[in-house]
Amino acid sequence: MGTALLGSLESGVIFAIMALGVYLTFRILDFPDLTVDGSFTTGGAVAAVLIVNGYSPFLGTIAAVIAGIIFGALTGILHTKGKINALLSGILSMIALYSINLRIMGKANIGLLGEDTLLTQVQTAGSGFGEWLSKYSIVLFVIVLVILIKLVVDWFLDTEVGLALRATGNNARMIRSFSTNTDNTIILGVALSNGLVALSGALMAQYQGFSDVSMGIGMIIIGLASVIIGEAIFGDRSIRRATLAVIGGAIIYRLVVALALRVGLSPSDMKLMTALIVIIALIAPMMINNWKDKKKKAARRKQSASEMNAHLEGGKNNA
Amino acid sequence: MLKLKDINKIFNEGTVDEKIALDDIQLELKKGDFVTIIGSNGAGKSTLMNIISGVLTPDEGSVEIDDQVVNNLKEFQRAPLIGRVFQDPMAGTAPAMTIEENLAMAYSRDKKRGLRKGVTKERRLLFKESLESLHLGLENRLTAKVGLLSGGERQALSLLMATFTKPKVLLLDEHTAALDPSRAALITDLTREIVERSGLTTLMVTHNMQQAIDLGNRLIMMDKGRIILDVDPEQKKTLTIERLLKEFERIRGEKFASDRAVLG
Repeated sequence: MGTALLGSLESGVIFAIMALGVYLTFRILDFPDLTVDGSFTTGGAVAAVLIVNGYSPFLGTIAAVIAGIIFGALTGILHTKGKINALLSGILSMIALYSINLRIMGKANIGLLGEDTLLTQVQTAGSGFGEWLSKYSIVLFVIVLVILIKLVVDWFLDTEVGLALRATGNNARMIRSFSTNTDNTIILGVALSNGLVALSGALMAQYQGFSDVSMGIGMIIIGLASVIIGEAIFGDRSIRRATLAVIGGAIIYRLVVALALRVGLSPSDMKLMTALIVIIALIAPMMINNWKDKKKKAARRKQSASEMNAHLEGGKNNA
Repeated sequence: MLKLKDINKIFNEGTVDEKIALDDIQLELKKGDFVTIIGSNGAGKSTLMNIISGVLTPDEGSVEIDDQVVNNLKEFQRAPLIGRVFQDPMAGTAPAMTIEENLAMAYSRDKKRGLRKGVTKERRLLFKESLESLHLGLENRLTAKVGLLSGGERQALSLLMATFTKPKVLLLDEHTAALDPSRAALITDLTREIVERSGLTTLMVTHNMQQAIDLGNRLIMMDKGRIILDVDPEQKKTLTIERLLKEFERIRGEKFASDRAVLG
């Protein structure tokens, strides 16, 4: 496997964790949560600061998840208790987090090169088992991690609380009449989602060797692109299927980006490309359906016209 | 079982749009009572349902369910005591979720939700058994998404879900009004069957006078936020649409006469 391909696979799988978080809010809760752009960076910031200050990378990563959960919960509280529109509460959190992230890091960028991170530890452990495992240790680690997360998400969404969470996004009025406090389910869902996003950010910082205050910009769109591409290609019949599709979507998105870079687009074009991918992915299914419909109708009209002709000619012959 | 005392509710109070929705409502249902409510649009029927279920809070007065004052409980907090079916067949179920998942949510209504699986093997058997009582074959479609069901099937499922945990009070809010006549008849039959089997204390709003007469043991007519007629079980047995209309005209007429007397 080429290094470039391996690299996109590794980062794609790390982004998939974030995409699962976006799936929880965007699809399950029907809550377009823009906190993601801020909480992704928060994850990277918390992990980086703790790691350079000598804490274990494992602890740093856990702390990042907790920070993500807290800020996600705050967005949920703004929306449910403060009655602020969902989009706006996400934007408010995202903006506030920009300053908070700078506070956490103390500066705009923290380098992790030469530091012990979760991923360097994995690589060191892998290199003990020969060259092959050394090369693929990171990708294997993140794949196992993302599959574990997927299984936990699948399990959670099938529990009694998980069902109530799904119903909150599907028919809030109904689940309230079945004694669920939808404020709580929304806060819980947005919190868990941002926990996953922060985990993804923490891993990304350790993977790329630095945490940057702007590393989260555009993350929500990448997450959406992953969800939409994944569902379009792999389907979303059941929760299990959809979570798998989201992971696949994130990896495919990363591969497409790598391909675009190879044909000469610059990294600064990527945000535009992502926006275009999402626009196409949103519009294309509708256009394809329209086109199929028209074709079907045209065929039916043609058939009935020829039947009519045959009937008329039959009439002539009889006469 | 259900006691409403001095309930008043005014919308847009103090503005030109002020509307007295409920005017000093007194109503008491005994355990097992099945009361049908009729009345024209704007009579306050739906407001009454929303005040019992906690969607709206009354300006004055108290709501008691099973000797417990529930005034300060929010909708989701009262929900363990109350089952409700809405007019819109889409309103009572979650369309993107399966039949068994919907039933699992109904099953958890009066229990604390935890991290147990929502649909277990034992529960699935229970769901199957209760779906059989609907005679719609839904017991063979446990894993079908509810959004795929027809309006009648969805409303039958809503009814089953609302009554699954045998609530203290069942509220039916014109729950057959959005269905075609044959489906409406089916849901009416199911309603009678389920309410009788579990002896549920029921309050049903309807626009259909025949249905209001056929179902239940007591009939209430509302007008302009007041209860203007209360037909007791003895009288209700011999009630017909004509007599109901005549009664309505008599009350309205009397009122009219008294207004004229005052103005006179």
